Amino acid sequence: MPAIPNGVPESWYLALSAILFVIGVAGFVFRRNIITVFMCIELMLNAVNLSFVTFANHYKQVSGHIFTFFVMVVAAAEAAVGLAIILTVFKNRSTLNIDEVDSLKN
Amino acid sequence: MHLWLIPALPFVGFLINGVFGRKLSKTVINLIAVLSVVLSFALVVKVYLTAGDLAATPLHAHYFTWIQSGAFNVGWDFSVDKLTMIMLMIVTGVGSLIHIYSTGYMEHEEGYYRFFAYLNLFMFFMLTLVLAGNYLLLFVGWEGVGLCSYLLVGFYIVKDSATTAGNKAFIVNRVGDFGFSLAMFLIVVNFGSLDFGQVLPAVAGKPTGTLTAIALLLLVGACGKSAQFPLYVWLPDAMEGPTPVSALIHAATMVTAGVYMITRSAPIFTHAPAAMETVAIIGIFTAFFAATIGLTQFDIKKVFAYSTISQLGYMFLGVGVGAFSAGVWHLMTHAFFKALLFLGAGSVIHACHGEQDMRHMGGLKKYAPWTCLVLACASLAISGFPFTSGYFSKDAILGAAYAYAPWMYWVGVVTAGMTAFYVWRAFWMTFWGDYRGHGHPHESSWTMLGPLVVLAVLSIIGGFVFNVPEILSGMFPIAEGAKDAGAPSEMMLTAISVAFGLAGIGLSYLMYVVNTSIPDKITSALGGVYTLVYNKYFVDEAYDAVIVHPLIQGSESVLWKTADAGIIDGIVNGAGTQSQGLGNILKLIQSGNIRSYATWVVIGAVALIVAIGIGGAR
Amino acid sequence: MVDLLFFGLFAAVAVLCAINVVVQKHPISSALSLVGVMASLAVLYLLLGAPFIAMAQIIVYAGAVMVLFVFVIMLLNAGIEVRRGRSWMATIFGIPALLGLLGVLACLLVRWFPDAPIVKFGDFPGGSPRDFGYALFTQYLLPFEVTSVLILIAILGAVVLARKELD
Repeated sequence: MPAIPNGVPESWYLALSAILFVIGVAGFVFRRNIITVFMCIELMLNAVNLSFVTFANHYKQVSGHIFTFFVMVVAAAEAAVGLAIILTVFKNRSTLNIDEVDSLKN
Repeated sequence: MHLWLIPALPFVGFLINGVFGRKLSKTVINLIAVLSVVLSFALVVKVYLTAGDLAATPLHAHYFTWIQSGAFNVGWDFSVDKLTMIMLMIVTGVGSLIHIYSTGYMEHEEGYYRFFAYLNLFMFFMLTLVLAGNYLLLFVGWEGVGLCSYLLVGFYIVKDSATTAGNKAFIVNRVGDFGFSLAMFLIVVNFGSLDFGQVLPAVAGKPTGTLTAIALLLLVGACGKSAQFPLYVWLPDAMEGPTPVSALIHAATMVTAGVYMITRSAPIFTHAPAAMETVAIIGIFTAFFAATIGLTQFDIKKVFAYSTISQLGYMFLGVGVGAFSAGVWHLMTHAFFKALLFLGAGSVIHACHGEQDMRHMGGLKKYAPWTCLVLACASLAISGFPFTSGYFSKDAILGAAYAYAPWMYWVGVVTAGMTAFYVWRAFWMTFWGDYRGHGHPHESSWTMLGPLVVLAVLSIIGGFVFNVPEILSGMFPIAEGAKDAGAPSEMMLTAISVAFGLAGIGLSYLMYVVNTSIPDKITSALGGVYTLVYNKYFVDEAYDAVIVHPLIQGSESVLWKTADAGIIDGIVNGAGTQSQGLGNILKLIQSGNIRSYATWVVIGAVALIVAIGIGGAR
Repeated sequence: MVDLLFFGLFAAVAVLCAINVVVQKHPISSALSLVGVMASLAVLYLLLGAPFIAMAQIIVYAGAVMVLFVFVIMLLNAGIEVRRGRSWMATIFGIPALLGLLGVLACLLVRWFPDAPIVKFGDFPGGSPRDFGYALFTQYLLPFEVTSVLILIAILGAVVLARKELD
């Protein structure tokens, strides 16, 4: 950077969002515990929320916030149902390792 | 005028007998079948009587337009002129007699109703053929009679030889039909129409080459239908059908369709002299050729079959030298005496309980006297015995042949001698001498004898009563009977041919009644030649080897194994196998492992983003 | 200047906590790290002029969703993750896919946002609860109602899935 800006350029926020997203994907692909995978999904959603809010600031419209809000609502609902599913899977298979939940194998 | 009723009545007979025949009694079937044809004949007579002068005003009836394509228009048209009238009389008249005869002959056969249904259907198609006012409708009748020939020759469906013979008849006819179709295409291209009324008057202006091509192709069609060389091979085999079928279809009516068609197309032929010459040469060659084979056969029906081929050759000869009405005259008289010969043979076969080999007959004169009498009349007629019907028509043809080319006359006369010989040979072998067979011969019933007697009368007096050249005079362009001054007179020519005929009768009497050991001496003396002729010159075997077997082999190895099983099945099966293979590969993605799915999702997302980025969705 | 400081600090915290989520063996540690990520993100939202969203993040996400996660972890007595089973696809293509994703996102970022405007705290006043509520209840009323139905369905689903079988 040639000169220190007196604020934060937007692209930095977006870069942060991208980094958080990729970290989330990494966890999603490499972790074996179902709950951890779920939490990585939440991480990805948060990264996307950051993007939305940044753009809301860019276009100076509150619609971006509203969308973020909806994402949060859906994430909450999804977390509820998803965890219920995890509970059921645990009840039936007694395992939280997703590599062992593969009865849909060809 | 109701011309449509003439073919419609037999058609209705076909429908009723065909659909309900299984449940009807024999009497009802007989009634429907015979009545439909007899009524048709009555209608023909009525039309004749009420029509006035058909030469000046031929009758036309247009029923509906069949094909309408640009300028090309074909309708369901019937037209009647003198030639048609003669043919109608022959077809319905002889047809009625044969129907009546069949009620007696087929009495104890299986599939009784089917026989009469097919016979009526045949009458319908033949009448359509004769009444047609354009080539296409004629062709409909042409094909239809071919179909009925197939159905009736193969009537004994349980007999392999019969069904094979039916196939052979149909397939060989098809070769001829191919020629006819090509001729029709050429006619449409050159004349723009298929109506007789439009094509025939317009012939004079067309180039000879085109007309010769059309005429030769029509000749191919006629050869197929009228069993001329090289397409005659189906007719002897067609004797597998019941005898009334042989009489009606293969003697009196269907085989004459070729002659009729050529006569109808006379303007085309007269303007294509090369084609006319071809017709005459094929005619005389076939006549001679078939007569030689007829000399050696022992099956009575086969003798008459070759005789038919030979007589058709005469008709072609007559037409080819320009004597169209003589050819038609012979067609008529031949219908009488050949139908009589066949029906008489049927009566003989009936008398001998199904035996057809003449070597096992003999001495039937005392068991079946009426049959003997009528067959004698027929044999006299076909030998050209003076003042019988055959005498008049055959000599008209031979006289015209002499005027055209004397060598044809001489070959024709020798053939006439042979004709007389083999017919009377058959007669003596059947009726004279001692009975050489097993079983008890008996005379036939009057349902069978009645028509025979009528035909016998017609065979004798038919030449006098129906003087066809007089009836058809003026129809045909070439003046018939014109000869140059130095030629022998007509009486002389007639006398020579009659002499040959009588010599033939005398020789046969000598060899088969007086001294019956002569035939064997001759056959052993002639050895190889005799074997050649007896086996019909191995023509069937030659066709088999050159055409039939290669075709079957080719079909099997190329069309079946390579094209059908290999390529087409291969493509279809291959498509299936490829899909399966692809599926097998793709199913590896479905590992059940969530992490691999996740990886795929990421890869997909990357691809998607790249696509959006390149696509420029800013 | 202060904006930059705060951004740098909390961005670093967020990234470190995110890496922690992925790296930790015990799920409870991952859960707590995630809470940290959410908290730092809330601060960043404040910097971006979205106070309502920041509060919603803390209350809903960190306060309800993560608590739910922690409850479930404790309920299932999930222990340290055992490295059983393997996935060929993930092992071989996982890292390349990730790097690809990162590279693509970076590319897009550079291409589409080379000269991005500066964000200063307070330059977007439209994110207050008042403005937010106004837009939510007028322009986005239908989606709002629909999401309420969505939540209802989620509750029903969760109840049905997690209840005991009636014998």
